[in-house]
Amino acid sequence: MSSTDTHMDPALHSHGDTHGHGSRRGYRIGTVLAILLTFLPFWLVMSGVLQDRQTTAILIFAMALIQIVVHVVCFLHLDTRSEGGWTLLAFLFTAVIVVLTIGGSIWIMYHLNTNMMPMPDMGAPPQ
Amino acid sequence: MTDHALQSNGEAVTWHLAEAEDHDHGGNGATILGFWIYLMSDALIFASLFAMFGVVSTSYAGGPVPREIFDLELVALNTALLLASSITFGEAMPHMEAGRVGPTRFWLAITGLLGAGFIAIELYEFAHLIAEGAGPQRSAFLSAFFTLVGTHGAHVTVGLIWIVVMLIQLGRHGLSLPMKRRLICLSMFWHFLDIIWIGVFTFVYLYGVLR
Repeated sequence: MSSTDTHMDPALHSHGDTHGHGSRRGYRIGTVLAILLTFLPFWLVMSGVLQDRQTTAILIFAMALIQIVVHVVCFLHLDTRSEGGWTLLAFLFTAVIVVLTIGGSIWIMYHLNTNMMPMPDMGAPPQ
Repeated sequence: MTDHALQSNGEAVTWHLAEAEDHDHGGNGATILGFWIYLMSDALIFASLFAMFGVVSTSYAGGPVPREIFDLELVALNTALLLASSITFGEAMPHMEAGRVGPTRFWLAITGLLGAGFIAIELYEFAHLIAEGAGPQRSAFLSAFFTLVGTHGAHVTVGLIWIVVMLIQLGRHGLSLPMKRRLICLSMFWHFLDIIWIGVFTFVYLYGVLR
């Protein structure tokens, strides 16, 4: 039991220390990036600097995706080593399902909507 | 993975050590992995809500459109509060790891106040919308909006209750190992909610006003 204790304590402390030092810089970088990537899309939409709405839309979605990755890496400390790679595996699996659910639903329902035969009195209030 | 396999010349011994560690630390590793799995399943709930919102996001039923009802300045303020609360929670974590109870409680309390500000503004926004006649029963778009944003708000409210419980327990137990484990889980939960909010402010508010 004593051998496990001596093995355990330094392991715990060293883990905590390296975790702390290693993530501190990443955390600072993440904070700066998160503030930038939050400020920029709001500025783009609220000021309307870009006349083209589609470009603005693509930019804000791209920045949202980047910010999600920044938060997951810098704030949630997801890497290939944590919990023997299981957190990364679970995250990637979830990301695939999320993309399929959101992308697939919108894709299918959009096409269903456009391909539906328009009714003559569509949108008219019921008599 | 391969390193572990190479190092463990006695498979049973390694396994026993891991087991002993689990018992002594209250199963930190297993709990954190389990909590991560919970967060991933929660992400799937939000994915289905986002999908539903995406499908009906232009079904206004002759009612108000996003541009008329969304106040982006209010949303920007809300976003800033939630992001700031995520950052202040990050400030608490090194103090927690070093075992300093006072600063941990201080930063946790700041996080809680910012989160409470977020919820207060969101409730004000909801009340304002309902008073304007843009309640959840008005159109499919508004039903989906209230469901998605309301579910996120409910999560933040649970996070606030959790923060209050942690503040009380920190006073009673200090930074024991179970307390550290709880705080690590809470920090993951809180950062996760900020990540969901990135999707909400981009997809619901900014993109809604844009089109």
